[in-house]
Amino acid sequence: MNDKLEHVVDAAPFDPYTVEALTPEQERYYMASQWRMIWWRLKGHRLAVVSGLILILMYGMILITEFIAPYNLHSRDTDHIYAPPQELHFFDKGRFVGPFVYGYDYHLNMDNLKREYTENPDKVDRLRFFCLADTYKFWGVVEGSFHFVCPAENGTFFWFGTDRLGRDMLSRLLYGSRISLTVGLFGIIVSFVLGITIGGMAGYFGGWVDSTVQRVIEILRSLPELPLWMALSAALPINWSPIFVYFGITIILALLDWPGLARAVRSKLLALREEDYCTAAVLMGAKPKRVIARHLLPNFMSHLIASATLSIPSMILGETALSFLGLGLRPPITSWGVLLVEAQNINAVALYPWLMLPMAPVIIVVLAFNFLGDGLRDAADPYA
Amino acid sequence: MLEYLIRRILTMLMTVAVLSILVFIIIQLPPGDYLSTYIAELESQGEMVDADKIEFLRHQYGLDKSMPEQYFTWAWGLLHGDLGYSFEYNLPVNEVVGDRLFLSMILNFSTIIFIYMVSFPIGVYSATHQYSWGDHGLTLLGFLGLATPNFLLALVLLYLANVWFGTSIGGLMDPQYLDQPWSGDKVLSVMAHMWIPVVVIGTSGTAGMIRRLRANLLDELQKQYVVTGRAKGLPRGKLLVKYPLRMALNPFIADIGNLLPQVVSGSVIVSAVMSLPTTGPMLLSALQSQDMYLAGSFLIFLSILTVVGMFVSDVLLTVLDPRIRLGGGTRR
Repeated sequence: MNDKLEHVVDAAPFDPYTVEALTPEQERYYMASQWRMIWWRLKGHRLAVVSGLILILMYGMILITEFIAPYNLHSRDTDHIYAPPQELHFFDKGRFVGPFVYGYDYHLNMDNLKREYTENPDKVDRLRFFCLADTYKFWGVVEGSFHFVCPAENGTFFWFGTDRLGRDMLSRLLYGSRISLTVGLFGIIVSFVLGITIGGMAGYFGGWVDSTVQRVIEILRSLPELPLWMALSAALPINWSPIFVYFGITIILALLDWPGLARAVRSKLLALREEDYCTAAVLMGAKPKRVIARHLLPNFMSHLIASATLSIPSMILGETALSFLGLGLRPPITSWGVLLVEAQNINAVALYPWLMLPMAPVIIVVLAFNFLGDGLRDAADPYA
Repeated sequence: MLEYLIRRILTMLMTVAVLSILVFIIIQLPPGDYLSTYIAELESQGEMVDADKIEFLRHQYGLDKSMPEQYFTWAWGLLHGDLGYSFEYNLPVNEVVGDRLFLSMILNFSTIIFIYMVSFPIGVYSATHQYSWGDHGLTLLGFLGLATPNFLLALVLLYLANVWFGTSIGGLMDPQYLDQPWSGDKVLSVMAHMWIPVVVIGTSGTAGMIRRLRANLLDELQKQYVVTGRAKGLPRGKLLVKYPLRMALNPFIADIGNLLPQVVSGSVIVSAVMSLPTTGPMLLSALQSQDMYLAGSFLIFLSILTVVGMFVSDVLLTVLDPRIRLGGGTRR
């Protein structure tokens, strides 16, 4: 009886790591880069994703404002001054005609001198799509007249009404978003650079640099923002060209915003500069600039981006407030704040409430940035 | 404590000094001095310029001296309550501002009180009833309050009052009390008008405060000592007030540092929109007409208001929380 077990040798090569082998899914998870993980986390925040999409849409729109807006920024229709918003219809007397508006009949109410417009059910103005209408200069360079949507021939399409010069509010809103949305973006870039440089120096070098910067930050943070913004923008020379004023305003907005970022950078750097890898980099002869930018900053870049996202809305609001008060941007530059100047006269607003419409995008954008920023902040540290 | 107070007061004075330099620089930023603007304006109106008066003003404000000297004359005047000369009103600034500074202070102070009184109960409710309908509703309201800029809120309220009641809710008192000496009726009238701007200015601050208090309290409520307290049979309400609430209160007070500049900023623009007789509208018009002495004194006043407010909050905080180290050891 041969009870000896047969000696078996597995032909397959021996792999000592089989126990620890990862399924492809696990591998994907463990090998993911930090930014990929942030992205996965962010996707879980539905509100943040929706807000992000809205913002992408709005920023995408400002690239092709001229094409989307039915009218030019400055085109006036003197027959339709203070015309109320025209309602969009699809069915005329039970019959489908596609998107159209009813034309307006106008008469002046002699009692309160209010301009009154009534819809004329016989004037069916069908909207045209991908059509030729007002001419414009695309980004001030290429001339064109091709629009996504335009009013019927000899008709009007004032979806958001018109202002005191008979200019289409919708088009002006769209053009205004180009300024309002980018002010926050440029402002945050300036503030980002200032905050990282100054906060980085304070945190890395410490000592007197640090304490000076700390004092400056304390003072700046104790200042009421708006009055200071007002004073600084009032000091901008009146004879500056619009583009200079625009950049002047963004820099003014950024001047009071960087302390928050600088503080965050400083406190992180203070802790991180003692790490071994930082010492190693210094010993290998890396200059402070390289150590900060290459070895230290990437540690908390995601946090910085999240907090920057959260401070964009305050800049947009700042610009709106300044322009609204007449101290910021001035016509012919058009931003939402400049449009709201028309709404300053409460008697005009009482008669023509659609002058307050530019508020809507302001609130939407601010909310969207807040939600996105909240989501980003939660996702910023994917290893937690 | 005394040592801390003195050090804190010294830093505050330093801050004010730096602030005054900053404001002075801002005043000087527009090209040309105010007198040349003034002369140009008079000449454009076809008026004769009184050379003696110009010379007198130029001398009085030391415009013929160097910048640092000018600064010291100005700052010295400030210290003695001389705010300079308003060229728009042709009066000393002191007479132009009247009780605007006082009303501004009242307005800001009431707003802070309002924010605390409203956000405290709501924040506690939200935290203790987390994820209830009330909590969700209040959170949504809070987000809207954060996102709606206060001057737009003021505009909407003005519009609604105009449409529904046909009246204006602007102003801070009934018209007959304007320029009247203070009396009991005037105070009542001010209080009756005050609540609208207070609510408008306070909305975003309240929303932020509720969010922070809720988050702080939620953190505390999850800690073990709360469970221990409950296990030992402490009633829910008593436990809440006795321990977690106290812990959560700290950031509540400390936050006044963020709150105050925000409230002061808000009050300026809301006052301008609602035409309240506070510093806001006058600062705006002074800036627009480059009446820089007037603007400067308002700026300095508003900044000092925030700096002093922060000082008070710091002192309060150390009184409330003995754990806060009085020494300079907090730095790293």
